[in-house]
Amino acid sequence: MIIIDNLSFGYSNHKILSIPHLEVKESEHLLVLGSSGSGKTTLLHILGGLLAPKQGKVTIGETDLYRLSGTQRDKYRGQNIGLVFQKAHLITALSVQDNLLLAQYLAGMAQDKGRVKEVLEELGLGEKRKKSVRELSQGEQQRVTIARALLNRPRVILADEPTASLDDKNAEKVINLLKSQAEHYKASLLIATHDQRVKDRFELQLNLATV
Amino acid sequence: MNLIALSWNYIKAKPLNMLLNMLLMGLGIAIILVLILLSSQLEDNLSKNKKGIDLVVGAKGSPLQLILANVYHIDFPTGNIKLEEAKALSRNRLIAQTIPLALGDNYRGFRIVGTNHDYVKLYEAQVAEGELWKNNLDVVVGANVAEKLKSKIGDKFYGAHGLSVADMDHDEMSYHIVGILEKNNSVIDNLILTNIESVWAVHEHDEEHEDEHGIPQIGSAYTSGFPDGDEDAEITSMLIKFRSPMGAVTLPRMINSQTNMQAASPAFETQRLFSLLGIGVDLLKAFAAIIIIIAGLSIFISLYNALKDRKYDLAIMRSLGASKTKLFIHVILEGVIITVLGGILGFLLGHGLTEFLAGLYEKSDDIGLTGLVFVNQEFLVILISVGIGILASLIPAINAYKTDISEVLAKE
Repeated sequence: MIIIDNLSFGYSNHKILSIPHLEVKESEHLLVLGSSGSGKTTLLHILGGLLAPKQGKVTIGETDLYRLSGTQRDKYRGQNIGLVFQKAHLITALSVQDNLLLAQYLAGMAQDKGRVKEVLEELGLGEKRKKSVRELSQGEQQRVTIARALLNRPRVILADEPTASLDDKNAEKVINLLKSQAEHYKASLLIATHDQRVKDRFELQLNLATV
Repeated sequence: MNLIALSWNYIKAKPLNMLLNMLLMGLGIAIILVLILLSSQLEDNLSKNKKGIDLVVGAKGSPLQLILANVYHIDFPTGNIKLEEAKALSRNRLIAQTIPLALGDNYRGFRIVGTNHDYVKLYEAQVAEGELWKNNLDVVVGANVAEKLKSKIGDKFYGAHGLSVADMDHDEMSYHIVGILEKNNSVIDNLILTNIESVWAVHEHDEEHEDEHGIPQIGSAYTSGFPDGDEDAEITSMLIKFRSPMGAVTLPRMINSQTNMQAASPAFETQRLFSLLGIGVDLLKAFAAIIIIIAGLSIFISLYNALKDRKYDLAIMRSLGASKTKLFIHVILEGVIITVLGGILGFLLGHGLTEFLAGLYEKSDDIGLTGLVFVNQEFLVILISVGIGILASLIPAINAYKTDISEVLAKE
């Protein structure tokens, strides 16, 4: 569950966006729409605790995100927020499994190879566990980042243009995965996109152009 | 997965870079360690062997040569001095103790030194087997001599004239081993000790000829002091201990200007020797320090460049829950791992090289040179090198610490 109150923030070239109130409940999915430069990414970063807003409050579950200290917020993010980006930013120096173990380690959770295997298998990547990240295709890499985002059973999944660099088939796959996994983990899912292919798949939509 | 494993994986991802940095660091450390090991052992050795000797008096010549020949037994003596003159000098009230030495012969490269029991006491040497000499032509051998020549009590041998092997033998008079000393780690390990009269006897074979088959003659001053000799009798030198520091001020000048003898101070001469050698050692050390600094610079440059490409990685790690401090440590660890590996390499290389050099130089056994000892200074060198590694990774680590996640991620 994620609640926004009186949020206002600046983004590209000092444009200011205000959102008086927004609530995404457990297992609810919200599509944030808007052309590039409309503040989607900034909003997502604020919700992810990566960027402090000018003013306003972001609450995830019971926690006021920006009341936490920097280090506490980092840890909270690692444990409760799953982030997926447009490009699959994986650590190329590590194997698929180590990328996921790193996510557990950095979030301060126990490193559980069984859990890593389970998530990878859910996403159809069981075979690729020991592979180097470089050996995976774009679509597979993006699926690994989804696995990484889901690994710590987050309460909120934030995806920023997750399909933008994928072909139709992979985009379809990624959206299906995000939806089904978010439901599986009862997480709130927010997807920021300007991808037309995604639009029709979600009921709840927020168009930043109209805010 | 932990920070060390993470840093190690990044290092492994660029093996050639790591190899270059490690080799540079290792080489610099190795050179410094070799210098430290060699000079500290040499210095140790030189100072141990001159302990208790304030002044050496011998024939005129080079003072350094006098010291090298009579204290360290490596150079040739400057000549001989008259026994009478030496005796007269020894009565000076500023002198607490004199030990006369008569050099000139060797046995298979080991010097035969005519002296008295005070010389053994000076080096605090202990008898391992047998006893100290009493009779003329009795000898006591040092531990290294006994080991190399497999000497036993009762063995007889002929000394050879001169101080190096393959000179003419004195085959008229044989020496007789009565004692073997314990290993003492000083110059005495490599010496064959006897009475001064024995050395005379071997050289003046005409007069003493009848003694050869006769009853062994007891030495006239085997424990201490000077032997009885005629007016032509000579010794090579004498080692002097002062009664008071005043001796150091007046005696050398007095001896050098008023007698036919020369006085040289072991402390002063070895210091002079070291200041001569020191220039070379310092130069090499500076050279090694430059290599280590370049290694640090190289680590800095490769980390700095690598981190430019890794900005996203760092931002992602932050988004996965890593705190700023964790990323800082992660980058510092990379520098530290490389320097520690370089340090280990340098440590092995330095000791290996010293041992190798010690093996090349046949005298190194006598001096006790080896690569298998550890000097406290080494830890300092390795500590400083790790410090340089930390310093080299400091700026990249600060950059990692300051990564603005949102900005980096938005710029994709």
